[in-house]
Amino acid sequence: MEIIKTGKENNAIIVKIVGRMDAVTAPEFEKALSAWIDESEKYFVVDLSSLEYISSAGLRSILIIAKKLKALNGKIVLAAMEESVNEVFEISGFNSIIPIHDTVQAAIRQF
Amino acid sequence: MSSIQLPAKIENMELLVQFISDIARKLDFSGKRIKEIELATEEALVNIINYAYPDHSGSIKVTCSQDPPNDSYKASHKAFVIKIEDTGIAFDIMSLKDPDISTGISDREVGGLGVFLIRKLMDKVLYHRKNKKNILELVVNIPAK
Repeated sequence: MEIIKTGKENNAIIVKIVGRMDAVTAPEFEKALSAWIDESEKYFVVDLSSLEYISSAGLRSILIIAKKLKALNGKIVLAAMEESVNEVFEISGFNSIIPIHDTVQAAIRQF
Repeated sequence: MSSIQLPAKIENMELLVQFISDIARKLDFSGKRIKEIELATEEALVNIINYAYPDHSGSIKVTCSQDPPNDSYKASHKAFVIKIEDTGIAFDIMSLKDPDISTGISDREVGGLGVFLIRKLMDKVLYHRKNKKNILELVVNIPAK
């Protein structure tokens, strides 16, 4: 899994996740976003167009970051997820607690 | 039938999932179904890795077969059966309650989702404890040609 910062717009850091978010790689996501949060960043757009796979460990990492940001009045918005990743969000009910948009541009407009 | 046995360590998780998914790929599953199989097996393996052996190391044995292991489900479908065995503490994943998936961010529990996903995604999940072993069978119907 790779975590790439692709820009910053409307005060939100845009991060692209490439590959698989599983029990081995998910902690890297948590660590990377926590490091930005420690640098006072509070708004994130996560581009999931290149995320092939997510397991409950990935959902857990996203939830931990979302909880952290909520406490800081910040926000994480997800964008452009592919069908199989979307299915995991739907089954687990995560699509109703984390904002998800079809495109990165639409996600950026939330800030 | 083919099987693999490795130490129950997180660094072996991807290898074990790959072993199962390579066999599933030779059957007639869609790409989407393969990912669901990978997801359910990862969740089952991670549970064993994290909880089965709290005070000593142990192993995980995975056996993949295509024949129904018993008559407890409909034999009208040919099934892909993933048998996952460990010798750790008894843990019946079917005994867990479903997590509450209706709460908001602040109240949402961080755990419990893995088992829920296994139950949602597999056609059948069988658990039994025999000879001090946890035996979990994930059954996936093979699509008719």
